[in-house]
Formats: sequence, structure tokens, C-alpha cells
Amino acid sequence: MTTIEELTSPSLVSVSLGATDRRAAIEELARLLEIDGRVSDVPAYVEAVWAREQETGGTGMESGIAIPHAKSPAVVRPSVAFGRSEGGVDFGAEDGSSADLIFLIAAPEGADDLHVRVLSRLARRLIHEEFRTALREAGSPEAVYDVIRREVQL
Amino acid sequence: MRFVAVTSCPTGIAHSEMAAEALEVAAREKGHEIHVEVQGAAGAPPLDPGLIADADAVIFAVDASVRDRDRFAGLPSVEVRTREAIDRAGEVVGRAAAAAAGTPRTAAAATAVAAPPEAAARQGETVRRWLMTGVSYMLPFVIGGGILIALAFVIGGAVPVTKVSLITDSGKFQFWGDVNVSFRVWLGAVFLLVGKTAFGMLVPILAGFIAYAMADRPGIAPGVVGGLLAVAVGAGFLGGLIAGLLAGWLVNQMKKVPLRGTLKRMMPILIYPIVGTLAVGLIMLLVVGRPVASANAHLTSWLNGLSGTNEVLLGLLLGAMMAFDMGGPVNKVAYFFGIAALDAGNFQIMAAVMAAGMTPPLGLALATVLRPRLYNQEEREAGEAAWIMGASFITEGAIPFAAADPLRVIPSLMVGSAATAALSFVFNATLRAPHGGIWVIGLIGHWPLYILAIAVGTVITAISVNSLKSLRRAEQPAAAGVTVGA
Repeated sequence: MTTIEELTSPSLVSVSLGATDRRAAIEELARLLEIDGRVSDVPAYVEAVWAREQETGGTGMESGIAIPHAKSPAVVRPSVAFGRSEGGVDFGAEDGSSADLIFLIAAPEGADDLHVRVLSRLARRLIHEEFRTALREAGSPEAVYDVIRREVQL
Repeated sequence: MRFVAVTSCPTGIAHSEMAAEALEVAAREKGHEIHVEVQGAAGAPPLDPGLIADADAVIFAVDASVRDRDRFAGLPSVEVRTREAIDRAGEVVGRAAAAAAGTPRTAAAATAVAAPPEAAARQGETVRRWLMTGVSYMLPFVIGGGILIALAFVIGGAVPVTKVSLITDSGKFQFWGDVNVSFRVWLGAVFLLVGKTAFGMLVPILAGFIAYAMADRPGIAPGVVGGLLAVAVGAGFLGGLIAGLLAGWLVNQMKKVPLRGTLKRMMPILIYPIVGTLAVGLIMLLVVGRPVASANAHLTSWLNGLSGTNEVLLGLLLGAMMAFDMGGPVNKVAYFFGIAALDAGNFQIMAAVMAAGMTPPLGLALATVLRPRLYNQEEREAGEAAWIMGASFITEGAIPFAAADPLRVIPSLMVGSAATAALSFVFNATLRAPHGGIWVIGLIGHWPLYILAIAVGTVITAISVNSLKSLRRAEQPAAAGVTVGA
């Protein structure tokens, strides 16, 4: 069983994303995953995420959450990067609102789906207002990481 | 209310889970019960068939296709994309509640918000849903078979096509030229054979999928076999209903047996098919088969005793019998009584019998036109085909309606058919063919009045069935103080 600690870490969290458009935001977060050696081929992975964004019209929700994600052979280990954006980034939410809480999910191709339980737990918690508020209020990458870890383990 | 939901998205990681959570939260906030099946990467277990059977509506929040969607046949449904469920879960749940309330089949569900409905009413709704599932799988067989048989009559003539035997006793198919009839008659006979084959599956499919609705996949085999045996012992579609309910119940009982290890693994592969099928088969043969056979004999001798007495009374009786089980044992007794009279040179009885067999589909077809809101989409479409089947004396066209709601539909059909058959006697109508409906009009004596008799019964049937159905709808919202709308 994969734990949330294996999926993410403070080094995969950015509390002030520089990017202002969707593509750049995905690339910025993907580079965090590269540093940790979690994604072997960032351009290929970004392409996969981008294709999924196009296909679905965007993964942004009206609550300000976006979950760009893809399964790709370029992914070495299942991972989650998180970025918070001051001004918000357009992720194609139905009502046009931009996303300020962006979770980039990287899943490896293949049958090993042990991480899926954790990811699905994380996705489910995002529905809850308290979790989103806590993510917005956390002051540092470490604080964000603690919020995520606490929520997913509830 | 009680909802079931399916969420799915292509990667099956994020959106399906979020939609599931959002729906659960929103439904709970509104005081509903909901069970969600996430068809995602986590491989959540499928919904318990019991939960589906008990549900008032189903919500599909999907960006990808739904696995085994058939399980939800007959349930009011709302379908949205996952993001809609995530962003506006409350609204989606509200739409599902409205769908449940606005669908005639689940009028009872509307009361669930205000007050928990009586256990009996809930039970009735559950049984209805099982029956609806069976009907919905049966429908293509009824329509396909019925229309093909009607076409056979049109192409080759109602009487000639039935005289051709296309498959010899040794199992050889007869091409045109092998049999001494015109091409049109041969072609009509081909249509008839195909149509009748489809009809042969009607009761087994009905029974099989009633059991499926109750007990999921393991129900199908015992149900289908039970249905085939219902046909074999002459128990007709009512026998099929019994077989289906019995099979579903038995398999569900077997599922409760606590087993471990190898035995548990063997249940679906060996035990359900063998024990379930055998048990259903034995009951159909020993418990259902015998009484049906002896009831047949009694009814026949009773009818024979009645003939020659009061014609109107005989008409009422024959008419009601024709409509009671549409191709089942009681119908057959009346029909063969007509055939025997025909052979003996009494053409009035045959005329009355055929007219009474035409009004059930015709009356239901009219009913769906008069009050379409009392029927779901499937039934309205079945209603269109029922015009043709009724006109062709294919009484089976009424079975989908009768099987879905027997207690309201069958009495209505009986009243209309009884009136028609009695009128046919009063009008002195005669018929010199054993079948064919409108296609043998040349063989009908006093045909204008005969058609009038059929029209009267059709109208009576339509009005009765719509009254009974709207009576039921009116009761439910009144009890909870909710207006569902007529």
C-alpha cells in the first residue's frame, strides 16, 4: 500500500506559482517532479497531461481546484505535485473561474495501482470546503504538505 | 429517496472519485440515501443488485462509458459529465429526485422525502422494478416477433402462410421450390417462422431478466430455464413471471449461505447454475405444471358445458379468458374452444375469440396515445407496435404492459375483451379462419359491426387501464402532500 508520504513531499509543493497560463503551470509543476526523479521525460509527460486537458475541456472546477493528470510511461513513481497561484490560472472551469489550487497527478502506466487508493482519497477530500480553505491558508510548502497528509489520512 | 450512482472517467483516478464524493455529500445534505459505484482505477466493487432494485433513480456522472449499464434498465436516470456532478452536485441530485418523482413507474418515490413510505408500498415498487427490467429485455422480442408475424400475414396471406411447414421432421429447411406454394406464401412463411422463433424466447427472456434484476448474473440461467419450462408446461407469461421471481429469490437465498474457501469460489461457477436451475426446474414442473394442466382440463370441460346456453355470457367469459394471460393456459383454453367450434362449423365463437384477442394490444396502444404521461418512453414505443400486433390478432403485444403492471393492466384488458366478445355474439359476427386479424377481413361475416365491437372493447380497455394507473398516481402524492403532477 502506497502512502501519501511516498506520493508527495514538501519539495513537490509550490505556494507561489509563477505561471499564469495553463500550459506553463503544468510545466512548472512537472519540473518539480523531474527534480525528484519521479518523471523521467518531462516533455512527454506534459504532452500527456495536455492531451487530457484538451480532451476533457480542462480539469478546472468551479471551486478553484484543478487536477491536471495523466498516466504515462514517462512517470517513474506515482506522484502528486501541488501549486498555489495568487492570481489563479484558467483550467477551463465551466463557469470561467480560474484555479488557484492545482494538483498535478502523475501516474505510471501499468498494472501497479497501489497508489490509486491514496489518489482517490485525495480527490475525494477536495470536495470539502475545509480542506480547500486549509490549503489556501497554509503558509509554507511544509504546512501545505502537512495539510494534505492530515486530510488523506483522516 | 434512495439513489444509486455510477461515476467514471477515462483515467479513473480523479474526477470519478471527486464526483462520487460530491454526490454523496450533496445527497446526504438533502436527506437522501445514495450508493455510488466508482468505475475507476481503484476497482470499487459493483453495486449490490438489491440496492439498484431499491433505488428511486440512478445518477450517471460519467466521462466514459458505463460498465454494465443494463443493470439500471427501467430506473429513472439523470446523466451528467463528472465535472457537472463535482461543481453542482446539489443540482444534479435535485434533478435525480425530480426524475424519480416525475416518472410514473416511481410515483411512490416522491413520497420518500416527506415521509418514509409504507414497507408494503416499497416492496411493491421493488417488485415492479424487477418486472420492468424483465420487460425491457423482452420488448425487442415482442416487437420483432410481432411485427414479423404481421408482415408474414401481409406478404403471404394469414391463412396460407401457416399451412407451409418450412422445416421438415428431419430438420431440413425447405427452400422455395421445395414446397408447392407461391413465392409470396413461402416468403411469408419464412417471416412467420422467424417471428415465431422470436416469440418463443419471449417468456424465457422475461423470466431470465427478472431473475437477473433480482440476483444479478447468477439469476439468468435459472430464470431462463424456468421460463422455458413455463412455456413447456403451458403456463404462459404468468408462469414466466413466477419462474423469474422464483429463480431470483432462490439465487438470493443461496447467496446468503455462509461458505468459505473452495466452496465459496465454486458458488458462482457450479452451485448457482446447477442447484439454482434444478430447483427452479423442479418447482416449475412439479408445482406449477400439474395444476396448470388440470386447470386446463377443467376449464375446457366447463366451457363445453356452457356452450349453447347464453351467448352473451359465453362471450363475456371467453373474452375475459382471452385477455387474462395472452397466450398462457387460460387464453389457450378459450382459443382452442374457438378452434374446436370452427371445426364443428360454428363460426360465431371463433369470431368472438379473435376479436377479444385483438383488443388488448389495441386498447393499450390507444391508452398510450390518450395519456402518454402515464407511460415511459419504452412503453410508448411498445404502444406504437401494439397497434399493428392488435390489428393482426397478436395478443402477445400486450404482454410487456401486463408483465410490468399485472394487477392494473390485466383486469382492464379482461373488461375490454369481454365486452368485445359479447358484442361480437350480439352482432352475429362470424369468422372462418383461426387467426389473421384484420388480414382475414374477407372471411368475417358482418364485418362492419365486428369492427365496431373491437373498437368498443379497445376504448373500454384504454379508459380502464388509464383510470387504474392514474388512480394509483393520485394516491401517492396525496399521502405525502406532494404534487407530482398529472
